[in-house]
Amino acid sequence: MTSIIRIGMSTSDIAAGAGITYLAIKSYIRNRQLPVTLKRTGSLGASHREPVVDVEIDGVSTLYGPVSPERVAPLLDQHFGAGSRGVSPEWVISRRADRSDYPFLGRQVKVTTKLCGLIDPHSLDDFLAHDGYQAFKKALKMSPEAIVQAIKDSKLRGRGGAGFPTGIKWGIIRKSPVRPKYLICNADEGDPGAFMDRATIEGDPHRMLEGLLIAAYATGASKGYIYVRAEYPLAVNTLRYAIEQAREYGVLGQNILGSGMDFDIVIKEGAGAFVCGEETALMHSIEGKRGMPSMRPPYPAEHGLWGYPSNINNVETLASISSIILNGPDWFANLGTEKSGGTKAFALAGAIKNSGLVEVPIGTPLRELIYDIGGGCTDGRDLKAVQLGGPSGGCIPASLMDTPIDYDELKATGAIMGSGGMIVLDETVSMVDMAHYFLTFTQDESCGKCLPCRVGTRKMLNILKRFLDGQGQMDDLDRLQRLCSTVAKSSLCGLGQTAPNPVLTTLRYFEDEYLAAISEHAINGKSNGKVKAQPSQEAQA
Amino acid sequence: MKLRTDKALKKHIYRGDTLIGPPPPELITILDSYRGQPDALITVLEEIQHHYGYLPQQQLEYTARELGFPLSRIYGVVTFYNLFQFSPPGRYQVRVCKGTACHVGHSDAILKHLKEKLGIEEDATTSDGLFTLQTVACVGACSLAPVQVVNERTYARMTPEKAWEALEHLRAEAGQEVKE
Repeated sequence: MTSIIRIGMSTSDIAAGAGITYLAIKSYIRNRQLPVTLKRTGSLGASHREPVVDVEIDGVSTLYGPVSPERVAPLLDQHFGAGSRGVSPEWVISRRADRSDYPFLGRQVKVTTKLCGLIDPHSLDDFLAHDGYQAFKKALKMSPEAIVQAIKDSKLRGRGGAGFPTGIKWGIIRKSPVRPKYLICNADEGDPGAFMDRATIEGDPHRMLEGLLIAAYATGASKGYIYVRAEYPLAVNTLRYAIEQAREYGVLGQNILGSGMDFDIVIKEGAGAFVCGEETALMHSIEGKRGMPSMRPPYPAEHGLWGYPSNINNVETLASISSIILNGPDWFANLGTEKSGGTKAFALAGAIKNSGLVEVPIGTPLRELIYDIGGGCTDGRDLKAVQLGGPSGGCIPASLMDTPIDYDELKATGAIMGSGGMIVLDETVSMVDMAHYFLTFTQDESCGKCLPCRVGTRKMLNILKRFLDGQGQMDDLDRLQRLCSTVAKSSLCGLGQTAPNPVLTTLRYFEDEYLAAISEHAINGKSNGKVKAQPSQEAQA
Repeated sequence: MKLRTDKALKKHIYRGDTLIGPPPPELITILDSYRGQPDALITVLEEIQHHYGYLPQQQLEYTARELGFPLSRIYGVVTFYNLFQFSPPGRYQVRVCKGTACHVGHSDAILKHLKEKLGIEEDATTSDGLFTLQTVACVGACSLAPVQVVNERTYARMTPEKAWEALEHLRAEAGQEVKE
């Protein structure tokens, strides 16, 4: 009898108390001297049932959660022969191998998070047992041009939010004759409510490293940087450990696997600045400077880190690479839509029953993700809107739930695909408050380099504050629209250009909430003494 | 917290200084591994903060001298990033999550309640040095929202009252240790 017990020990599991559950299981096994392998894994994604424990006996797995320490003994008694007292069927998440009895997992299509929750992220052997580094070895036998072409054919688009085709990006830097070239992995996941990259790194760090290695071979880069948030200590440690393992295994360093390729990776910890998710700002931060963006062009592919050609990819983009090389670009392209291949991971949170990390093919209707996988709103409330892409994104009202999750389709609604934060808002939420919330965030994180973003967001925030207090003026809506378009058009970087999105989408779909917040005095044409608005000055700014 | 004014700084540099002698050994260990790497400034500062819990002024002056950065550049970098702080943190660093899921769960009410009860503003430390009140953009524990994090521990599904109860509990614990 081979028995494996897996327990999720990602940041979100630990926050839910997985640490003490782990100790309880460990002492249970030790006390009874059971022949069981206990594995600490990353997150399976089912945050709403954490801590999650997977008991696998002779290949038959049963998933339990939430498993508090006092549930450990009755639960393991049932499996290891001391009767089945006190086990509630409610603890069981799934008994079937394909998880078809648990739609949250059963209906997902996992590519980048495939091994999260299954393997021990600290074990290279686990990764190797699941085709680990096979894609890289295969890639070394291909020509770099063929790899770039394969990535182009796969229709992979950048998962950081903007959605630029990855293959084209690689092709540009590939052609540059300048040496050295740098690769940067953007793991500065700053959107509030997004934790896909963290889960990917904590659960399966080598997958991303493999993607980075293939990228290095395809583009001819000799050094890689991983820029990761310092707020993610567990992810940073997991990554450090994985890089050491990769070095020992011989896929990092000089003359990798006898191919003549040299490549090494340095981890750079960010120090908490949202704007550093923007590529030029991120590069300045790696150089040890204030992370302020600069004008593009020149683009990083020509003039990047220290003036050398650089390529920046998001964690999820890189984590998709190995599956494209192994299974072929057509397989990946066929997962998605005509213009965009593959899958996308989302951090599903807010007023949703089944919150957590989900991965679905691009083109899946939002409705399927919210209702079939997410289980709908909590407490039987009605869905009002879904906020995508955090502070740079927008909200999609309940009436548009049939929109497919695709870069272009989402853009048409005014929202963006974004990096993967998906917050479900129910009927109790005020949309004016949401717009105010996101703008407070961007205003706070604006680096101050360019005026439209620095002053414009402040002015917008003042107007939103008035609406929030029910003191909106008659011409405030016009003024807000005008400010939005100015800030979006004239800001230096993506932070400012996308900052108006939450305001614009709420204005578009929930204008009545703004109208309801216009003060009575303003409607009656009397000046309101309480409001210290100075319209003329604001219009000029 | 401000660094000393320009005038005082000049005096300090040109008329004999408090930086006579080498930096303390623990700082040398940190600095030595990054000499000649101009891109390592943020990493150096992170390590200094990790060691001392904050960025002491004198250590920053040593860093500027030893690594050859103008102090102004160090000051510029330190003030740009949220992670760095100039004053020592309290024994318990209380961080209220302001992530979207927490916001929808009324984390602003929690913050307000704690501010009132502790009698301090955001990013300040209580006079007994026990609590530093901070906010954090998102800790990524969205399914447990709203959350507060005290040092390493995450408190799930908070209300203003529960959040304060947790702090009172910690205060009582700390008080007991003193008596013992």
